[in-house]
Amino acid sequence: MTLAATSTPKDAADVRALLDAVTDPEIPVLTIGDLGILRDVRVDDAGAVTVVITPTYTGCPAMSAIELAIRDRLLEAGCEAVRVETVLSPAWTTDWMSAEGRRKLEAYGIAPPADGAGEGRGALFAADPTVRCPHCGSQETEKVSEFGSTACKALYRCRACAEPFDYFKCI
Amino acid sequence: MNETELMDQPAANAPALDAGTQAIFVDYLLHLGDNGLILGQRLGEWCGHGPVLEEDIAMTNIALDLIGQARMLLTRAGEIEGAGRDEDALAYTRDALAFRNLLLVEQPNGDFALTMVRQFLFSAWSYELYRRLTASTDPGLAAIAAKAVKEAAYHRRHSGEWLIRLGDGTAESKRRAQDALDDLWIFTDEMFEAQPGDAALAAAGLIPEPSSLRPDWEAMVERVLAEATLTRPDPGFRREGGRTGRHSEYLGHILSELQFLQRAYPGAQW
Repeated sequence: MTLAATSTPKDAADVRALLDAVTDPEIPVLTIGDLGILRDVRVDDAGAVTVVITPTYTGCPAMSAIELAIRDRLLEAGCEAVRVETVLSPAWTTDWMSAEGRRKLEAYGIAPPADGAGEGRGALFAADPTVRCPHCGSQETEKVSEFGSTACKALYRCRACAEPFDYFKCI
Repeated sequence: MNETELMDQPAANAPALDAGTQAIFVDYLLHLGDNGLILGQRLGEWCGHGPVLEEDIAMTNIALDLIGQARMLLTRAGEIEGAGRDEDALAYTRDALAFRNLLLVEQPNGDFALTMVRQFLFSAWSYELYRRLTASTDPGLAAIAAKAVKEAAYHRRHSGEWLIRLGDGTAESKRRAQDALDDLWIFTDEMFEAQPGDAALAAAGLIPEPSSLRPDWEAMVERVLAEATLTRPDPGFRREGGRTGRHSEYLGHILSELQFLQRAYPGAQW
């Protein structure tokens, strides 16, 4: 009998395909791959799976939910030994968010991190990046608050369509 | 992933230190972790009481970052110590005398201006500190610092912009910001004060000399105060002692809230 597509995952590519179903609980349109927090997948000769993830922010409360979701997904798919490791270094950056992830974020109503903007020395007085309104596309937007509904977002408002929106802040 | 430091394998990456240096380093990690834990707890007191919704959310978001940093730092302290104490044991079962946080972070929230001044003075310092700690010879601390420096930069910007807005705002907001600065300035020297063991840690490349942060911190503070049209307080009376456990009366009250559940129901989980 040949292995069906739903059979026990055999290699890292199979595991990665399964993990495409694991999303951020606070931004459910993004997979952990889109976000860039999935750092590595290893399967040893005995079939034991190790998944390596990294937090976006040190206090991100979604990390344990994500870890559980990874474990559930893989155990459900027939993996027998699953280990989820959390690493801090190298530190996560919004640069790791995929192009697909940015597109999905904007379609979901959250402005993706602005290209090229980044924190650095002397950022205190630096100009804010130009953030495009995810609703109407206008660049006439203004920051309402540096902090939004989650640690990774800031709150903006569009002056053209008057809608408020979240901006995935750049770090 | 060979550039990656695995948090789950502390034994593999703990620096080789003699027992004396190791104990001093554990104390230093508690200092960093306690700063985050206590300031995070203070900021959490604003939850539901912020002057506007956005700032209520901002202060609790900053608290979340600081408590996240504290969890990692206390975990690291426990790993280096090797006596089986985890982040919870360190956060919930030490008494005030064993806490190593700066006196600055345990000061009451006061009004919004005081909370922002406290945050700015602290974040400008922690930014400079974590920037240097990314080069620590302890890979565990270096990895935490690389995360924390990005968060500190964001907190510094947020609080610095508020200082400018309040200082260069109305007569009332300026008075409150200046009063807060005058009240808290006596706690700032402590950030640059070396403890007897710090030289050994600096010699081992684990930490920077505390006094080495001062020029960059002062440059940033001067820049913001100038923009905010606030006056730098005269040096004079100073308070210190947090790093040796000589705290203000406030810490015990903070701990009575923070530790209540684990003290009343040891080992409780949810």
